[in-house]
Amino acid sequence: MNESVTAPVIELSGVSKFFDQFQALREVDMDVRLGEKVVVCGPSGSGKSTMIRCINRLESHDQGRIVVDGIELTHDMGNILAVRREVGMVFQQFNLFPHLTVLENCTLAPMRARKLSREEANRVAMEYLERVQIPDQANKYPAQLSGGQQQRVAIARSLCMKPRIMLFDEPTSALDPEMIKEVLDVMVELAKEGMTMVVVTHEMGFAKTVADKMVFMDHGEIVEVAPPQTFFNDPQSDRTKQFLSQILSH
Amino acid sequence: MADAGTSTALAQRGRNAKKPPLLLLWERSQRSPWVASVQFAAFAALLLWLAMLGAEQMGYLWQWYNIPQHFFREVDGEWIMGPLVKGLLVTLQIAAWCIILTLAAGLVTALLRMSDSLTGSALATGYLELVRNTPLLVQLYLFYFVISPILGVDRFWTGIICLTFYEATFVAEIIRAGIISVDRGQWEAADAGGLTRRDAYRYVILPQAVPLMLPPLTGQIINLIKHSAIVSVIAVTDLTTEGRNLIADTFMSFEVWFTVAGVYLVMTVSLSFFVTWLEHKIKVRT
Ligand SMILES: Nc1ncnc2c1ncn2[C@@H]1O[C@H](COP(=O)(O)OP(=O)(O)OP(=O)(O)O)[C@@H](O)[C@H]1O
Ligand SMILES: [Mg+2]
Repeated sequence: MNESVTAPVIELSGVSKFFDQFQALREVDMDVRLGEKVVVCGPSGSGKSTMIRCINRLESHDQGRIVVDGIELTHDMGNILAVRREVGMVFQQFNLFPHLTVLENCTLAPMRARKLSREEANRVAMEYLERVQIPDQANKYPAQLSGGQQQRVAIARSLCMKPRIMLFDEPTSALDPEMIKEVLDVMVELAKEGMTMVVVTHEMGFAKTVADKMVFMDHGEIVEVAPPQTFFNDPQSDRTKQFLSQILSH
Repeated sequence: MADAGTSTALAQRGRNAKKPPLLLLWERSQRSPWVASVQFAAFAALLLWLAMLGAEQMGYLWQWYNIPQHFFREVDGEWIMGPLVKGLLVTLQIAAWCIILTLAAGLVTALLRMSDSLTGSALATGYLELVRNTPLLVQLYLFYFVISPILGVDRFWTGIICLTFYEATFVAEIIRAGIISVDRGQWEAADAGGLTRRDAYRYVILPQAVPLMLPPLTGQIINLIKHSAIVSVIAVTDLTTEGRNLIADTFMSFEVWFTVAGVYLVMTVSLSFFVTWLEHKIKVRT
């Protein structure tokens, strides 16, 4: 029991990924402990999305090992499904199911992949829709909601699977500025409750309040890993300094 | 909402007020389905009249009054089916079987073609290329003279299997196109939620792809019904065969071919209407 708290719940070692000739990840090593919040940043095309998509195998890695919650990711479909049941993911473009209502969006995976009854799934879904403050929209279709509401539904949809880990890939980048806060608030709440989170984002305010660990990537490599205090005030690498000066000057 | 409606109606009236009333009446009539139907009927009547005129000049003797008895005939107080109705029933049977089998075979082919399995996709691609690049008539002969005798299949099922083989290639491509036009993010969300591939297709991808496929699928099924006439070359007693036999007996070639074409038209047009209604129903639900 004690060991599971200290042992990494996500472990990437020497992970490389190629798209044909192009190497998107170069021997990436990263550990995430239970309850830890990791914020990943870096310039466009640096491999942030590719890395977190490897964690639930939306992309397959070509070299190295990825172990999530004690399960190694290989071609074994059983393992992949087992990992995906424990790992929720929130996308930049929400990716809600447009033909299903908000409630149905939230109950589909629990009913199919967790074998919950409809009543149980509905109950869980309403609980999480309340947590993200949109229980009254349960019977609407995604297209009837604002971007911020859609993203909160997407978060609730992931949480309904009761995952041990949540991945966020630029969850606020597609949102109008006035809607960013409502989504970040939900994420901060989630962090306070102790969820293990890996978040790709350029919201540095969010990173400072929530992150236990900052990860900076460039050209498919992890260039720097540091607690936010050190990362923002005393970055070691020149590439990090340059990136931070660009992003903070905005 | 009501406000906006009134104001557009007002704007409409304002715009129309400048036009002369006769022009207005004409414009409005252009939009009415009744006027469209009348126009269509008039055009059809014109064509028919031209055909009759031509036939008359050939000295053709019209016997339309002889046609109805070949649908139904009263014998000793009982109505019995004429050859045209018997043929129609066979055509409907062939069409019904083919539609079911074609959709199933098309779906399987499409899924195989998109699967990760190399053998599966190679098999599907080979089948598509082979069938789409040889004439249907030649395929029918091949089935009738080579494959059916070996497997001991009768001509009715030979016709169905051959047609299915041919039409399923088109259906497979329609289904595949529908599936790939669903946004990639939908797959990712389904995968990330831990759904199996089967569940992802069933609950996420196909419900979004099927409405996109309906219009081209309807076109393909209409083709299927029309192509089914080809089974007459292997003497399956479908509508076309019955029509041909009837002409051999009665020499009413003009009337019979017009009638046969009309019956096919009724079948295909009712199918179109049914699918339009179905599409509307699907749209209302989502
Ligand atoms: N499916 C793919 N096929 C080919 N190349 C890809 C694919 N996905 C990503 N890449 C390439 O891999 C590199 C890393 O992409 P990735 O999406 O991980 O970057 P990122 O850090 O998330 O960037 P962004 O901030 O723009 O989202 C990019 O150069 C991209 O062009
Ligand atoms: Mg990205």
